[in-house]
Amino acid sequence: MTPTTPAPSGASRGATVWREVTRHGLFWPVLALVVLLLACGVASPGFLDVTVRDGHLFGQLVDLLRNSATPLLLALGMCLVIATGGIDLSVGAVMAIGLAVSLTYLDNAADPSNVGTVVTAVLLGLAVGALGGAFNGAMVAGLGIQPFIATMILMVAGRGIAMLITQGQITTVTSAPFKTIGSGFVLGVPTPVVIAVAAFVVVSLAVRRTALGMFLESIGINREASRLAGVRSRRTTWTVYVIAGVLAALAGLVYGAPTMAADANNIGLMKELDAIMVVVLGGTKLDGGRFYLGGLLVGAMLLSTLERAVIIFQLPSQTTPLFKAIVLIAVCVAASPTLRAMLRGRRRADRSNTPAAPVETTSAAEVTA
Amino acid sequence: MKGINRARTGLAGVVATFTVLALAACGGSSDTSGGSDGGDGGDSGSDLIRVGFSQLGAESGWRTANTESVKESLSQDAGFDLTFVDAQQKQENQIKALRDFVAQDVDVIAFSPVIETGWDEVLQEIKDSGIPVVLVDRTVDTTVDDPYVTWIGADFKQEGTTAGEWVKENAPDAKIFELQGTLGSGAQVDREEGFGEVVGDQIIGKASGNFTRAEGKTAVEAALQAYPDMTMIFTHNDDMGLGAIEAIEAAGKVPGVDIQIVSVDGVRDGLQALVDKKFNYVVECNPVFGDQLADLIKKVYDGEDVPKETIVIDEAFDQTITQADVDARAY
Repeated sequence: MTPTTPAPSGASRGATVWREVTRHGLFWPVLALVVLLLACGVASPGFLDVTVRDGHLFGQLVDLLRNSATPLLLALGMCLVIATGGIDLSVGAVMAIGLAVSLTYLDNAADPSNVGTVVTAVLLGLAVGALGGAFNGAMVAGLGIQPFIATMILMVAGRGIAMLITQGQITTVTSAPFKTIGSGFVLGVPTPVVIAVAAFVVVSLAVRRTALGMFLESIGINREASRLAGVRSRRTTWTVYVIAGVLAALAGLVYGAPTMAADANNIGLMKELDAIMVVVLGGTKLDGGRFYLGGLLVGAMLLSTLERAVIIFQLPSQTTPLFKAIVLIAVCVAASPTLRAMLRGRRRADRSNTPAAPVETTSAAEVTA
Repeated sequence: MKGINRARTGLAGVVATFTVLALAACGGSSDTSGGSDGGDGGDSGSDLIRVGFSQLGAESGWRTANTESVKESLSQDAGFDLTFVDAQQKQENQIKALRDFVAQDVDVIAFSPVIETGWDEVLQEIKDSGIPVVLVDRTVDTTVDDPYVTWIGADFKQEGTTAGEWVKENAPDAKIFELQGTLGSGAQVDREEGFGEVVGDQIIGKASGNFTRAEGKTAVEAALQAYPDMTMIFTHNDDMGLGAIEAIEAAGKVPGVDIQIVSVDGVRDGLQALVDKKFNYVVECNPVFGDQLADLIKKVYDGEDVPKETIVIDEAFDQTITQADVDARAY
């Protein structure tokens, strides 16, 4: 028997449970989120209150949920792409293109407030997102170009395309139904939250209730082996980029709808990095393979809470990037399996001077398992 | 050994060839762009003044109005051959555009710097080339001696001061939250300074909304929670103020009454908010100064003496503004 299976008696069982919990990939992000929220509640009484106003939920937590919708939508697509061993740098630019197309269509429509027109505008925006994703997918799956480079093309060119669509202007439109996408409520819950959760559920069902999720992971782990095993890796990879494109365009619509201004330069700027960060915080590794959709919820919430906490703590805006960086570094370091293996190894070595070697090997094996 | 050496020489040759090709390509492309912009035939030495203008981007309605005004005033009919480049709010784009202007050897370079610092190297290059520089709207902070001939634009600090004086007179007890523009931009630094000098002790908090509506809205959402006793918002531009209106309304308060809004810019949407009594005071930052810029560039080209600074005339509006005033505005 190896020493790693402790006798299940009393205190040590508690310790085992504790270790299991802390070893869970999401423990540290969740802990950071809870601590941040509580700290905000202490710094500013009433922060954690959620009230009903005019028949809908209102409060800082509701704002946070609404602000998390955009990064969550982006990260959903990004997570699938990363699972195949790829990356999609173009999501921010695709946000701008999707919004530019929708708003330009509305701007030129006879009656921008007509629901039918708005539905067409939204579908057009999503279709353009799909087109962008199809381009990325064709470059990556069809031509075998490195995903980083292939999607960087659209990341750089995308803003130019959005500028062309808006003719370099900031297109502003007035359309109540379109605005609802970003600032309305469904049964008291902000519409963006409903949209993001719906997208999350659909994607989760699609990848976990069908074989798609397994295909993605197999492609990410070994493309060639999965192809030889009969997975249509090219088509699957291409599909995933299309999904990411559609979700990015949807994120653009949700983000831009409240202000109804297609600002080609600023919409979605640097959001691709936010999306990657959310994916990593959620416990998915950038080298592909295993992916965790549930972690995205925590990651997205943590991101928007971080941004808000700076103002709640009354810190100057100059410190925002630093503040974000410190929390992220702390979370990543705390969650690092290598670090914990090192710590555990040292503690055991300290405790017992008896044969340390076999213990250390098993603990290392257990971590990598 | 010999083999390696030969390989190296070969490689160097290839590199050299590429460099020459790249240089040729650069020259070629700048020539064509100059020609196409010139319209009636490139370097015929016609009496058009060749101006390279690098706009920082199109981040707001103000900037768009400014761009329109510049393009309109620096037309061929007015005697200009304008090469207009949009930097899309990136300094590297702007520096590249400025270097292209030097390569094209334009007569006058005009630009609105996206941020204040980081221009030393490129300004020195322009200076060495002998092309006069006219700074537009924003200023630079540089170690280069005498980096530009003249500057034209609004006095941001004065705008901040004007806003502050209105507050001092009309709302001396207001507790003010300041919505800053993009940190480090001239407009943010100077408006904050000018405003702070007058009513600095009334400011209870500050946060940046990057001059955009969406970020202005999120910043104010948080600020309403963080600073519950706030009664006024001073915003560095109208767009953030418009975002603030949404956040205030969502919180069940009345913008312009429960929380007063003082803004700088005077774009149409902002003035409309003033008519609708959601803004309380707007200091104009007049973007339509293309004609003044054109005069200035002509003088610089002719070598006439020009003042180091030309201040664009700004107005200020309170809620007595009428719908007719707003409809009559050019932008």
